Amino acid sequence: MSHTAPSASSKVVPASGPITMVDAIRQAMFEEMERDPAVVAIGEDIGVYGGAFKVTDGLLAKFGRERVIETPIAETAIIGAACGMSFLGLRPVAEMQFIDFIACCFNQVTNFVAKSHYLWGAPVPMVIRGPSGGGVHGGPFHSANPEMYFVHTPGLKVIYPSTPSDAKGLLKSAIRDNNPVLFFEHKYLYRRLKEEMPPGDYTVPIGKAIVRRAGRDLTIVSYAAMAHIAMEAAVLLAKEGIEAEVIDLRTLLPLDKDTILTSVKKTNKLLVVHEDTRTGGIAGEIAALVFEGAFEDLDGPVARVTALDTPVPYAPPLEERFLPNTEKVVAAARELAKY
Amino acid sequence: MTQSATQPATQPMTREQHLDLYYYMQLNRQLEERMVRLFRQNKIVGGLYSSLGQEAVSVGTCYALEKRDWIAPMIRNIGALLVKGVPPRDIFTQHMAKFTSPTLGKDGTSHFGDLKVRHIVSPISMLGDLIPVMTGVAMAGRYLGQNIVALTWIGDGGSSTGAFHEGLGLAASQRAAFVLIIENNQWAYSTPVSRQVPIQNLADRGAAYGIASAIVDGNDVVAVYQAAKEAVNECRAGRGPRIIEVKTMRMRGHAQHDPAEYVPKEMFDYWKARDPITLYEKYLSENKIWDAAAKSEIDARIERELDVEQKFAEDSPLPPPELAEEGVYCDGCHKIEADWKRAKADLMPPKSSIDPTWRLKDLPAYTQAAITGGNGAKTSSQTPVPAATAAPASHPAMQKSVPAPAPERIQPQPGPQAAHAAPGTEVVTEEPAVPRVPFGRGPKDKAFRQSPENPQNKPAYTRAPKEKSFSRNPQEKSFSKGPRNKPFGKNAQGKPFTKNPQDKQGRR
Repeated sequence: MSHTAPSASSKVVPASGPITMVDAIRQAMFEEMERDPAVVAIGEDIGVYGGAFKVTDGLLAKFGRERVIETPIAETAIIGAACGMSFLGLRPVAEMQFIDFIACCFNQVTNFVAKSHYLWGAPVPMVIRGPSGGGVHGGPFHSANPEMYFVHTPGLKVIYPSTPSDAKGLLKSAIRDNNPVLFFEHKYLYRRLKEEMPPGDYTVPIGKAIVRRAGRDLTIVSYAAMAHIAMEAAVLLAKEGIEAEVIDLRTLLPLDKDTILTSVKKTNKLLVVHEDTRTGGIAGEIAALVFEGAFEDLDGPVARVTALDTPVPYAPPLEERFLPNTEKVVAAARELAKY
Repeated sequence: MTQSATQPATQPMTREQHLDLYYYMQLNRQLEERMVRLFRQNKIVGGLYSSLGQEAVSVGTCYALEKRDWIAPMIRNIGALLVKGVPPRDIFTQHMAKFTSPTLGKDGTSHFGDLKVRHIVSPISMLGDLIPVMTGVAMAGRYLGQNIVALTWIGDGGSSTGAFHEGLGLAASQRAAFVLIIENNQWAYSTPVSRQVPIQNLADRGAAYGIASAIVDGNDVVAVYQAAKEAVNECRAGRGPRIIEVKTMRMRGHAQHDPAEYVPKEMFDYWKARDPITLYEKYLSENKIWDAAAKSEIDARIERELDVEQKFAEDSPLPPPELAEEGVYCDGCHKIEADWKRAKADLMPPKSSIDPTWRLKDLPAYTQAAITGGNGAKTSSQTPVPAATAAPASHPAMQKSVPAPAPERIQPQPGPQAAHAAPGTEVVTEEPAVPRVPFGRGPKDKAFRQSPENPQNKPAYTRAPKEKSFSRNPQEKSFSKGPRNKPFGKNAQGKPFTKNPQDKQGRR
């Protein structure tokens, strides 16, 4: 087990060519820590073990215990300490082993971290990142999409990328941002797709959605794993002659209203797809935005395909029932296209 | 009040320092008394929380810090803010929600901070959160080579929160240069300490974290200062963290609205006779550190200063309404730069490269003694000395004048304290020989299957309703209660659905 020399480079910087989202996130952390010694990582099992999903594998060997801080199982302490470190000008990246556990430090995130700048002018340049989302039969406590608690919290930024290159570019932007950023990593996407990284030190701006597919008949707004479902659905719909425009939000807070409104004004129909539960999901917020900003352009009701309003169930047939899928999106889009 | 002959490792206090302590305590009290008057004139917008009787805690502890050190005050630590150099006008304007206040009126009371100059982290109302935050401050300070100490306070009430526990666990595991003052003022709002925890001394909890702790008379400002100085020195030398429990008394209700009728009168009487400022005045006179002239000079200075500061606050405007919309994000309004006191090159690869594996030497608890002894904490020489009970030996300053026990009725203590009195001598054999829940309990354990503890044996537990719906073939449409598979055309009220395709076609 013992290494004579740090094996970091092989783990941290995969050979050139397409890489997975896990590798892309690790690469972002590696590059940022190398660029700026103020960037430190903190979390449970992120050092020797390299994190539950091996996102931080190799960082300890490269940067040492001072910069890769392994903690007790204490989420409130992790976030509190990261916040305290940021007050001295550090830029901590805190890992939630599973993003579900962010509920354990909800108070620290929403009352202290999020409010400090507004209340007493203390910027909190920290990132909270962790694996989220279902589809891997993780059960009710390892599959959640708790993003909307934080989208509802002024002072935070919330990012939820769908591709390796976006994950890398957005994580870099998040680390360089002066505000607390929640960075959701969909664990279904961790190793299921590969992508070539753009060359050099590139970043993706926070707060900018991207149009993944142009279309004229309706707009499908989505993010994270559901952005891929939306793309699949768009391909199927095209065979029926329905051209869907697919928007990948990438950032949920602040929301890129312009991109959504521009698209809806063009297609006149909106379908929102998200893996989060239905009630209080971002689809409701986007619907309200469209009613406020493009009501007269709408030719049909705002439709949504979401997870059920239940905890994430464990058994495969139950979870499949719970989650949106391509068929559900196609059916909803087909219905919407009839208007 | 005696300044013990056992001078700590710290320097003897100068006359100037002695008078400083008086100045800040009296400034703290006079400031708060003025705010009570303002409150009664309806000039304080929100609540007003008194630290009357606790001035020695705020002042004595914070006075032990240096300029570079960091504090996170609690609501009753206005004295600490004053010691840190916060002008009284900031306290006035905060309470009066003025535009000139440090938060521009966005928050009240002592909820403000100063990252750049005075190194103050703002408190929030959720208790305990500052403990992990200040642990992080200490960790960052060490990382940056600043050799700072981070200090915060927590009440007896706040010591029951999860954040308290998590924060201390992290501080201990990181050996952070962090001092926690447990300000035991006997009351968490209306609940006495004895109703919160079954232990006499909150400092005893330090042992559980492996953090050395001490107990000090919170109404003896010199004792508080010396204990804090000792703890700060230890932390600065890399032997942190430290806990100090200061025993004191909240002499008013939780806030102005609360007359504290639940506090026995005898308790107020006992502590009133031990007022920290009165005691300290006596001490200064008896030790001929000052005279009447010196006292009146300081008192007059305080009055003068507070007149000016209060007038400034009263003349200040409220914030403009549009301010409510500003400042949620830092959009470049703050320049974030760490103050490096060590070479950055030390931190960058390859110098810091390590072998990412655990070795036995990293795991001191993994010794034969720890395994066979059944309790590593008792046998491992690596474990820090358990806290309060052991503290006097190694920390002479900290054995000072623990207050005489208050009248019996104040702290009715149930039995456990006897067992707790000497943790060092306790033996593990008191552990029940048989675990309460035997292994093997589970579906395959026959005894368990037949026992009434098995939920399957409980008549109330039945799967019948579920089985009804789940026994159906999943392929059947009616399997699910999902809205999409409701009978087409009608909803529960018998009205036609408009959302399904058939209906829509009919409608159009």
